[in-house]
Amino acid sequence: MPIEILMPALSPTMTEGTLARWMKAEGDQVSAGDVVAEIETDKATMEVEAVDEGTLGKILVEGGTENVAVNTPIALLLAEGEDASALEGAASKPAGKDKSEAEPATPEADAAPANATAEKPAKPEKPKSEKPKSEKPKSDGGRLFASPLARRMAEQEGLELSALSGSGPGGRIVKADIERALAEGTGKAKPAAAEAAAPAKGAAAAPAARAPAAGPDAKAVAEGAGIPFTEVANSSIRKVIARRLTESKQTVPHFYLTVDCALDRLLDVRKQLNTRGEAAGVKLSVNDLIIKAAAVALRQVPGANAAWTDSAILMFQRVDMSVAVATDNGLITPIIKDAANKGLSAISAEMKDLAARARDGKLKPEEFQGGTFTISNLGMFGIKEFGAIINPPQACILAVGAGEQRPVVVDGAVAVKTMMSATLSVDHRVVDGALGAQYLQAFKALVEDPLGLLL
Amino acid sequence: MADTAFDLIVLGAGPGGYVAAIRAAQLGMKTAVIEREHLGGICLNWGCIPTKALLRCSEINHLLHSLDQYGFAAKDVSFDIGKIVKRSRKVASQLSGGVKHLLKKNKVTVVDGHGKLDGAGKVVVDTTTYTAKHVIIATGARARVLPGLEPDGKQVWTYKEAMVPEAMPQSLLVVGSGAIGIEFASFYRAMGAEVTVVEVLDRILPVEDAEISAFAHKAFAKQGMKIITGGKVAKLEKSAKDVTATIEAGGKSTTVTVEKVILAVGIDGNVENIGLETTKAKTDRGHIVVDKWLQTDEPGVYAIGDVVGPPWLAHKASHEGVICVEKIAGLKDVHPLDTSRIPGCTYCTPQIASVGMTEAKAKETGHEVKVGRFPYIGNGKAIALGEPDGMIKTVFDAKTGELLGAHMVGAEVTELIQGYTVAKTLETTEAELMHTVFPHPTLSEMMHESVLDAYGRAIHF
Repeated sequence: MPIEILMPALSPTMTEGTLARWMKAEGDQVSAGDVVAEIETDKATMEVEAVDEGTLGKILVEGGTENVAVNTPIALLLAEGEDASALEGAASKPAGKDKSEAEPATPEADAAPANATAEKPAKPEKPKSEKPKSEKPKSDGGRLFASPLARRMAEQEGLELSALSGSGPGGRIVKADIERALAEGTGKAKPAAAEAAAPAKGAAAAPAARAPAAGPDAKAVAEGAGIPFTEVANSSIRKVIARRLTESKQTVPHFYLTVDCALDRLLDVRKQLNTRGEAAGVKLSVNDLIIKAAAVALRQVPGANAAWTDSAILMFQRVDMSVAVATDNGLITPIIKDAANKGLSAISAEMKDLAARARDGKLKPEEFQGGTFTISNLGMFGIKEFGAIINPPQACILAVGAGEQRPVVVDGAVAVKTMMSATLSVDHRVVDGALGAQYLQAFKALVEDPLGLLL
Repeated sequence: MADTAFDLIVLGAGPGGYVAAIRAAQLGMKTAVIEREHLGGICLNWGCIPTKALLRCSEINHLLHSLDQYGFAAKDVSFDIGKIVKRSRKVASQLSGGVKHLLKKNKVTVVDGHGKLDGAGKVVVDTTTYTAKHVIIATGARARVLPGLEPDGKQVWTYKEAMVPEAMPQSLLVVGSGAIGIEFASFYRAMGAEVTVVEVLDRILPVEDAEISAFAHKAFAKQGMKIITGGKVAKLEKSAKDVTATIEAGGKSTTVTVEKVILAVGIDGNVENIGLETTKAKTDRGHIVVDKWLQTDEPGVYAIGDVVGPPWLAHKASHEGVICVEKIAGLKDVHPLDTSRIPGCTYCTPQIASVGMTEAKAKETGHEVKVGRFPYIGNGKAIALGEPDGMIKTVFDAKTGELLGAHMVGAEVTELIQGYTVAKTLETTEAELMHTVFPHPTLSEMMHESVLDAYGRAIHF
């Protein structure tokens, strides 16, 4: 019997992903540990390694197929001694297994390869027909136990029930599980393709989740006006950015607080630390110190390290700092876990590693999913200040501008200091103005007297 | 020498303790229960059950005085309070005997006496030390006593004396308008006594939905009950035949002279003299502190029921007993008790029952709500029964359709509330409740109509 290669789950909550491309072709020899394919999830690209050895007999799901459910057979591996005739019976097996909605995501789904610049117009409507297929868990085909309330809440919030585990009697998914998933940001939302599939009637069901393209259709406008354009297919990461930030900006009541911090002493301390650490290869960036300051300030003002849920505000007891990193594919926010309790050199080393792997698209899902607070720093581009969009379900994001020499008035006289503006975007449901201000006060105090960070 | 080593010892055989013991025995634990007084505890002997026997009599009395309405006539209707009390005691003792039988059937060892912990794993009764890996404290609670308002058992009663009057008092003051106070007030008023209720908060039955409180207030006032809210009993002066209470309300002081006073101002956990100090278990304001699995700070020592705090309800105690034991036994599918799903019933006339959040509480916790109401006057069965006063109120979360709470006042609502309790426990939304077929003609149809009304779809009103 040929061995089925299944679509792997790259994280506990993953229900489907894009099979980005095959690294082996039909007929290729495969040994255990060989990379056979690349899978793209929300934000990361992961390699699928072969567990067994043999010949790649048949590819069941073509490269570039989106929304491939976890555990769907994606290829058949022929064991030693087996020939292609063994594929005959096996090939139909995946279809037979799922009697209700047979083929999970078959090769006919020839959506444009993600990330590739499509020369012909992409077919955004194509995945429409697949929506019902990818909605149900493929793995067991069994009944999904969930309370009516949980079902409705999942629908309203765009959560996949099959991605959640139930804590109710007999493992039933109940309200508490939905609330937990929302608070933790797990229970991955339905893919953007599925949401866009029902624009007409979907409005009531998931108003926040769709609508990245509000207003007149850009393509219609461009064609109408004869503006030449190319189309870049939306990658998974791009869709997630669109969905989550649209939802955030539309549903989270943002307000903004800005503070100016004198950076001179921090730059001084950094220089001294780097001189001392040179031998050990420690080279702290200003951003490392800012991360630490932001984290320690959260320890001092824990009310800002929180998230909104309908029943309660979650007050996180650990600071997991999401740090925005720009990559070629888009924004990603790897996490420095427990940042308030980590030393500067540990933060620095971790940040370098995370940023490098983020740019390579090699982060594991747990390395960028979660987080309790986000920092976004555009100082290196000379941006003076900006207001960031909150990264849900977190309550705050700190936007850090460039350090620059500015004239400031000290004791009635104008002096030149290196100043940095930082703007906190705040979810008003969770954090009121005064509390946000207290947080910035604590942050400013730590930046201006950075020895406090070394304690 | 009797056997003294057990897997589990339960201290107290009330509705928490005896249920825990039976469940433990079912799960194969060698179990003992220690009880100082009566099997079945307050509930069976001095609480829920005997008061229901009394209230049944007041209902009958009420019906007998409304015979004309139903086309009957009877002369010289009278009652003998002695016989009524005797019946109530008989009901209690029959059920206590039933508990004894159940414990025996499940091979639970019953130890008569006062048990005291001697560190974790040991309980001393008289001179015998019993050992068990797990000990559940289910010692219950007693009437709270306020300074200056101490009961004397003769003129100033607690629930216990109020349940076994030697003669029918002509006038009564009930201090406190929670379930216990209101039930006695209702009983004695229906039996013909002049009854005054004083409540320190601004409304009677303060844990109930404000609309239900107001409805009940009106109904009681119509029955001739005097109700003073926002009032405090400043002092009690006793004479040989009566008691004069000074009540301060709204800045004014008034006096009420009554034959008897019933104190019903809440209860205190029985945490004393049970050897708690020999363990790490902590108490907070008269109740033992436990986690969601009923575990105290001392490993192997648990506490359930009234002794761990409100709501002080027998069914809550029983349920906690089962959860606690199943957790000890290592069962997989055990879930902590969600207090929002514990129904509460008050057996006054009209009856009151509720589960979940009041409308005010729902709004306070940030819910946008949809509220449905349906009056008894719109229900065929209620009219046929001659019980046209009452209403059923439902509170839904406007966004998710979650049934947040249900609040009822009227005939038989204590038997209806479990419908909403099942709905809440299964996390149904308004849609499933609307799809449910309620039989006609029943009072339960109002439960359906109330849900429909919350969405502007009530048919019969």
